[in-house]
Amino acid sequence: MNSKSIQKYCTFYLDKYYFGIEVEKVQEIIKYQQITSVSLAPLVIKGLINLRGQIVTAVDLRCLLELPEREEGESPMNIVVRTEQGAFSLLVDRIGDVLELSNDCFESPPDNLKGMSRTLIRRAYKLDCALLLTMEVDKIVSADVLNSISVAA
Amino acid sequence: MDDDILNEFLVESREGLDQLDVDFVVLENNPQDKDTLASVFRTIHTIKGTCGFFGLTALEKITHAGENLLVMLRDGVMVLDESTTSLLLEMVDAVREQLETIAETGSEKTGDYHSIVNRLEQTTLECTMRAANKNTQSNNDPCADSDNMNHVEVDTEYSADGDTESVALDDEMMEVVKEFLQESNENLDQVDSELVELEEDPENRDLISSIFRSIHTIKGTCGFFAFSNLEKVTHVGESLLVKLRDGECRMTEDIASALLGMVDAVRAMLDEISENGSDGKNGYSKLISTLVELVENGVLQRIEDKNTDSADAKLNANSAESLDEGVIVPSDKVPPGVSESILDGKASTEPQNQKAIAKPETELGRKKIPANVVEASIRVDVPVLDSLMNLVGELVLARNQIGELVGTHENTQVIAATQRLNLITSELQEAVMQTRMQPIHSVWAKLPRVVRDLSRSCGKKIRVEMEGKSTELDKSLIEAMKDPLTHLVRNSVDHGIEQPEERIAAGKPEEGVLTLRAFHEGGQVHIEISDDGKGINTDRIKQKAIDNGLITIDHASTMTEKDICRLIFLPGLSTAEQVTNISGRGVGMDVVKTNIERINGTIDLDTKQGRGSIFKIKVPLTLAIVPALIVSTASQRFAIPQVNLIELLRIDEEDQENAIEYIQECPVYRLRGRLLPLVHLGNELRMDSQREGVLNIVVLQSEKNRYGLIVEHINDTQEIVVKPLTDALKNISVFSGATIMGDGRVALILDPHGIGHRAGVLGDNRNNDLAMQPGNDINNSGNRQTLLLVRTDDGGRLAIQLDKVARLEQFEKECIEYAGSSEVVQYRGQILPLVPVCEILEERRDVARHNQENTDKESAAPIQVVVFGKEGCQVGLVVGEIVDIVNESIKVRSKSSRHGVLETATIQGKVTELLDVSIFLQRSESLAEAAREVA
Repeated sequence: MNSKSIQKYCTFYLDKYYFGIEVEKVQEIIKYQQITSVSLAPLVIKGLINLRGQIVTAVDLRCLLELPEREEGESPMNIVVRTEQGAFSLLVDRIGDVLELSNDCFESPPDNLKGMSRTLIRRAYKLDCALLLTMEVDKIVSADVLNSISVAA
Repeated sequence: MDDDILNEFLVESREGLDQLDVDFVVLENNPQDKDTLASVFRTIHTIKGTCGFFGLTALEKITHAGENLLVMLRDGVMVLDESTTSLLLEMVDAVREQLETIAETGSEKTGDYHSIVNRLEQTTLECTMRAANKNTQSNNDPCADSDNMNHVEVDTEYSADGDTESVALDDEMMEVVKEFLQESNENLDQVDSELVELEEDPENRDLISSIFRSIHTIKGTCGFFAFSNLEKVTHVGESLLVKLRDGECRMTEDIASALLGMVDAVRAMLDEISENGSDGKNGYSKLISTLVELVENGVLQRIEDKNTDSADAKLNANSAESLDEGVIVPSDKVPPGVSESILDGKASTEPQNQKAIAKPETELGRKKIPANVVEASIRVDVPVLDSLMNLVGELVLARNQIGELVGTHENTQVIAATQRLNLITSELQEAVMQTRMQPIHSVWAKLPRVVRDLSRSCGKKIRVEMEGKSTELDKSLIEAMKDPLTHLVRNSVDHGIEQPEERIAAGKPEEGVLTLRAFHEGGQVHIEISDDGKGINTDRIKQKAIDNGLITIDHASTMTEKDICRLIFLPGLSTAEQVTNISGRGVGMDVVKTNIERINGTIDLDTKQGRGSIFKIKVPLTLAIVPALIVSTASQRFAIPQVNLIELLRIDEEDQENAIEYIQECPVYRLRGRLLPLVHLGNELRMDSQREGVLNIVVLQSEKNRYGLIVEHINDTQEIVVKPLTDALKNISVFSGATIMGDGRVALILDPHGIGHRAGVLGDNRNNDLAMQPGNDINNSGNRQTLLLVRTDDGGRLAIQLDKVARLEQFEKECIEYAGSSEVVQYRGQILPLVPVCEILEERRDVARHNQENTDKESAAPIQVVVFGKEGCQVGLVVGEIVDIVNESIKVRSKSSRHGVLETATIQGKVTELLDVSIFLQRSESLAEAAREVA
């Protein structure tokens, strides 16, 4: 097995899917925080949270990936990521493990993926238990992506 | 070439050049100003020295020639006149151009610099000739890299002169010297450590260059002050550095020691200067000869180093003694040959010597330096200040939080401690803000040059006066103010101030004055740019604005002078008859306004025809922490910056019915006789807000428009720390940022301008808004007015202000006679021309059909005529039917699309057009004229 390049992923769950983002981008994981919603903002932006004096924009990944809304009473987790655009918080259902994956057990996602999923999902790792879909953080938080959903919606 | 060093050089030089621009203009007005001359000299010299280092020959030649000319000025051989100033400014430009080329391409622009060099040399030469005739000796090239020994000798002869000169330093000069000392001391400390580093890492060109520059700056300046001993020492040191730089010799311990020795010597002399005003009598000949030796035999010597380990102890002692005791050994008494032979022998032991000697000297020296010279200021990186500012911002937030927690506390000690914390935080905030403050002078500095060049190119004479140069504002604001200020100044020079002939003809002094004023008031910085020029021709602006379709004629007639003036801030309006290369394209003022508004500032102007205009800019002191009003709607809190806040209104539930009126769906409130459009914050933000209970209205000012923002609750005022929003949120114009409240939650900061735009109460229907300005609004006088309602031929309702109406008359059809093509009637012993409404108002119906209808009516009933005007020149407006006379306040609805109609309003619940009487009278005047002639 070729193990020359190994990537660590921070994994999380959204609906029935299993996702991962590069672990280097993750600053911290925090529980659900009070969110100040921003009216007129793109739908995917749930609002702003105060992370020890720093204002962090919270992005709902369910909304971004066009998954059904979280059920009433289920509070999401925040994955705070560092990006070129500053800090963002990604709202996810549940946090998984950090996985070390070698770069030879993934395939590109199928071409018939639609919408944002197609833009954002980079790799599909074939794990024993499930498929891990990985995304690039900088792509997720780019203004284009965030705004495109609001237009579609 | 090392990019970092080069960039640093470019940045430094550009700053230097900006300063030069100012200095030259000052000098021209006051050629005896030694401070400024010194500053100019130093700047040019530094640039010259550094480009020598980079091997930028063209630049070096230019600056060298310029420097020579400056030496003439310095020595009083010649006095600065206009042509010389121009020449020197040209040189500055040439240097700047070269720098730009270097920045872009990394190499110099060759060619076309010879002309400026030649002219500079020519001028210098002429001076020298003149000077020579007067038998004055002038040292016109203090830093040519000629033969070193010779140079030293020549300089020594000078030292006597130099000493007397420096003793005679006057107070003014002393200031400059002080500055120089402080700067040099800083430089020397750095050189010290750099030399040590260099010894470890001899190949480091960054270091060499930095040392080189420091030494060179000191050398250049002391040349100016005629500290000849100091100059000598630094000169040889510099020569040695040149060798190092060129790779002709490598850094060795000896060289390092010798250079450190030089640094110590320089420091000692600086101390001397700070105490006595002269660089002392110690010629440091030993040190100089050591250095000279190293310069000449650097390579050779290294080989000898290894061979001649046995040092000449006697020589050591000698040299130590001579330096230690400060024995004067004038270098001209030491023949070059001798010094060389001595040095050959003792070179290897020199280091120890130098170190041993240097130590006591420096320690002693340091004690002597007065504290105020050394550490009156320190340089801090801007990022450090920024992070400090951020931390203070956090502290302010934390204080707010604690304040909120303690609010209900009963322990007095806790309360007292909180109050102390409060106080300290405020003071800290102020102090930190102070560190970011810069005098406005740093932006103004380049303006005199701009004015000078511009005025010369348009053949005008303009003097710049500045008041409140030291007024301080935040660094980021200073940056933002740069362009708008330059633009306004350009405008004043180009359009404001007249040609000298015009000015004389107008009874004004030939020389125009452009005044820049800055002062603090009400927590804001006020900046005023005024000129005593011809002022702004409001008629022309009006005409232009109408031509460009920015306003309509009817509208223009209702505008005040001031409002018309403000039109120049609209995009696309320029009153300049000619578009010059300086200004007049009609984009400038718009940009100025936008730029100023971006930093939460405002701009206004006043003008008096023939007397000049004044632009008034107000900007906040800082952007990071602003006082704000906290309001809430739909259980969310929002902050509104207080700059935009005018007043707060509270309307009780029972009064709401009457107080809030609606024009269609748009709520308005009568605020002291003016209609204030209201905006529901909840609606604008698409939030569910309650509508019952007390109504809270926040009256906001955005640009020149006011509107009322309806919020659910008004909480309190607070200092908030503005944090930017992420890119994806930046295009939501209603928010300008976010902040963290006392309870740790995030609140959004509302942008009054953005909300107004979104709600449509400003911006697009600008004309409408202008109409609602006080003094603009025809309904303003007493709010209610009496109107005559008539029906026009096409069935529409028309309102006429009753006070403009002379009489209402009824004429039988038979009475109508014809004068030429126009209808007239005999009326009270005169001929009254009749004008049908359709001639004034552009009817939308087709004319033939209309005429048909008209004749039908005429046959049936007598005609109704509204008579306007005074006895003798009256005119009658033929209307379809006189409906009513009402006393009502007009709720302005919109502009009329028709010519001749002032506006459309709802009167008695029906849409009614308001006749523009002035236009009617104008139009009918020609008819009246024609009618009388016939009569």
